[in-house]
Amino acid sequence: MPKPKIRKEAVPMPKQPPKERADNFREVAIGYSEEQALAEAERCLQCREAPCVKGCPVEVDIPTFIKLIRERRFGEAAMKIKEKNSLPAVCGRVCPQEEQCQAKCTVGRIGEPTSIGRLERFVADWERQHGCEIPQKCPTTGKKVAIVGAGPAGLTVAADLIKLGHEVTIFEALHKPGGVLTYGIPEFRLPKKIVEAEAEYIEKLGVTLKTNALIGRLYTIAELLRQFDAVFIGSGAGPPTFMGIPGENLCGIYSANEYLIRVNLMRSYDFPKAGTPICGGEEVAVVGGGNVAMDSARCALRLGAKDVKIVYRRSREEMPARIEEIENAEEEGIRFEFLTSPKRFIGNERRRVKAMECVRMRLGEPDDSGRRRPVPIEGSNFMVDVDIVIMAVGRTPNPIIKQTTEGLETTKWGGIVTDEDGKTSIEGVYAGGDIVTGESTVISAMGAGRRAARAIHEFLMKKETCARKKRNV
Amino acid sequence: MYKILAKRELAPHINLFEFSAGEVSAKTKPGQFVILRIDEDGERIPLTIADADPGKGTIAVACHGVGKTTTQLGRLKEGDFVLDLLGPLGKPARIEKFGTVLCVGGGVMVAPLHFQAKAFREAGNNVIGIVGATTRDHLIFLEEMENTCNHLLVATDDGTKGHKGMDFLKDLIKETKIDRVVAEGPVVMMKAVSDLTRQHGIPTMVNLIPIMVDGMGMCGACRVTVDGKTLFACVDGLEFDGHQVDFDELLARLKVYTPQEKLAYVFSEQGERN
Repeated sequence: MPKPKIRKEAVPMPKQPPKERADNFREVAIGYSEEQALAEAERCLQCREAPCVKGCPVEVDIPTFIKLIRERRFGEAAMKIKEKNSLPAVCGRVCPQEEQCQAKCTVGRIGEPTSIGRLERFVADWERQHGCEIPQKCPTTGKKVAIVGAGPAGLTVAADLIKLGHEVTIFEALHKPGGVLTYGIPEFRLPKKIVEAEAEYIEKLGVTLKTNALIGRLYTIAELLRQFDAVFIGSGAGPPTFMGIPGENLCGIYSANEYLIRVNLMRSYDFPKAGTPICGGEEVAVVGGGNVAMDSARCALRLGAKDVKIVYRRSREEMPARIEEIENAEEEGIRFEFLTSPKRFIGNERRRVKAMECVRMRLGEPDDSGRRRPVPIEGSNFMVDVDIVIMAVGRTPNPIIKQTTEGLETTKWGGIVTDEDGKTSIEGVYAGGDIVTGESTVISAMGAGRRAARAIHEFLMKKETCARKKRNV
Repeated sequence: MYKILAKRELAPHINLFEFSAGEVSAKTKPGQFVILRIDEDGERIPLTIADADPGKGTIAVACHGVGKTTTQLGRLKEGDFVLDLLGPLGKPARIEKFGTVLCVGGGVMVAPLHFQAKAFREAGNNVIGIVGATTRDHLIFLEEMENTCNHLLVATDDGTKGHKGMDFLKDLIKETKIDRVVAEGPVVMMKAVSDLTRQHGIPTMVNLIPIMVDGMGMCGACRVTVDGKTLFACVDGLEFDGHQVDFDELLARLKVYTPQEKLAYVFSEQGERN
């Protein structure tokens, strides 16, 4: 019997209609139904060499979990993913699969690749609704590990090491775990109850989570090393970058960090019931072209802005944001001003921003990043009326640990220097995520966490062997 | 959860709270602050630490009930809890032996200033204290400052106690050799003090509490212009060179949410009545 032909088109993701969703903070993508998931799972070729797995920074066994979906063994499919990825509901939503696993998918050669991310999300959501199993742990080693920061990197290290039998404590500076998943990515892209559930799962594994604990101030890394056998630093991104142009400190000019923290972590969209206010604005300009810029713009729209534009100095092709997010933003009515850069901000008598002077750009020779460098076009200056500006032009690593840890090697931009396994210049101290690489993706931070966890485990077991040898002598 | 072990009314609507926060107290130095959140819906507010007792495992903060959150905090009683307390944050104030240090405090901020004054005294300085308020009833920590400072002066805006206004400072600065000034209080007060001491070239430190959200260097809400550069009060401060601070910018930035704050206050007071 000939094999049934594979459908070229993926099962589309059901979404809230653009007009409707632009007014609410509920999740945009609704998620596959069981039938849709089964249909999409059928599109997987179950390639023996599994190119998709090579595209996954944490090496999830993708063909096996999809096979389990086909067999309607959804809980087992979730367990299969969790062998390698402790945050599947998060990754199924925010991973750039189009550049990773799905970019390598064989089906992609004849049509749309298998929607691995949507399937991952489906099983993770199924498991959360049906109750999850706690995997078996290795025997206790008696080794203690401290983790700084409960973001994607820290949570990954914690899950990996506790399963190996180590005692793990996470120190989180904010009042809630999740790091950027909680304070950065908006509710409509990643509902906070999902982040909470994923963090709860890590706690169920036996990890101790201490919130309101800022390492560097409450305890130093040196103090942690006295109580723990190893330390992992995943403290993430810190102060926002500004452009250094006139008027940037006028009222109404936010960093994307501040804007998103107010909206996501503090739920300003629910003000005054939630106590943290925000100035929504009517004419909003977001400066930048990454996912953070898209998130900020889409939040501004949902807070009731009449006009939201994204001002980006390069063209659409160079935008670092995910295509899916750019399309979502466009559908919702966000306007794009490409090849445009602000020169200065103008305020009113109360020092509130009222206008922004911009200049048009053209693309010149490629720069170090390989992207064509934007060059201002002389005499092209023009004014734009704004009442809120959101600067999404980058962040620098958090300086507190650098300032308070002697002997910790850092780069000139303040990131922690590590080897490939996350080992820092101090023995027993590892690091990973944005504090090492600068701004990157959730999954790359998790990949760094995975490698660091492996290295920490080896380090702890070697220490154990040495100690045993010493005792025997 | 962090328990209120003691509460003392210092003046109408101004209370001193002692929180159980053992780990924080062991690390606290004068000039540092905490971020506090009362409950699940609460905002994160910065409060400068007014005292720390590592032996008892407590820290103290003073709070003037002016808006929604500070009023809500003022209603809490001994034995009540707040949900979150993060600290100590910010860099400690620079405490050294300078010679004669003039500590100028206004309003509720006299309490944290006292913490610094104590440290200056212990470091061997001759400490002159000034306690200021709008009116007599709002003067706080008079006894504490009296006990700590070598010399204490009192001023009120309306002249109901001590000097009327801050004009007397001009003479004080002329007549006394002062090596360092530390000012902590309303922005207008810190600005006036800085303007005055600039003329005499006396190093002057001010303690700034702009609007903050996370308080640990992430959001940039607390940016202040100092000597033409943008700094973040939460990680670069709270202490800054008063002669270099752009106070007008700070004043404007502190007023960003005034309409929302009023709305939140009304909303919360209605809830309180129902």
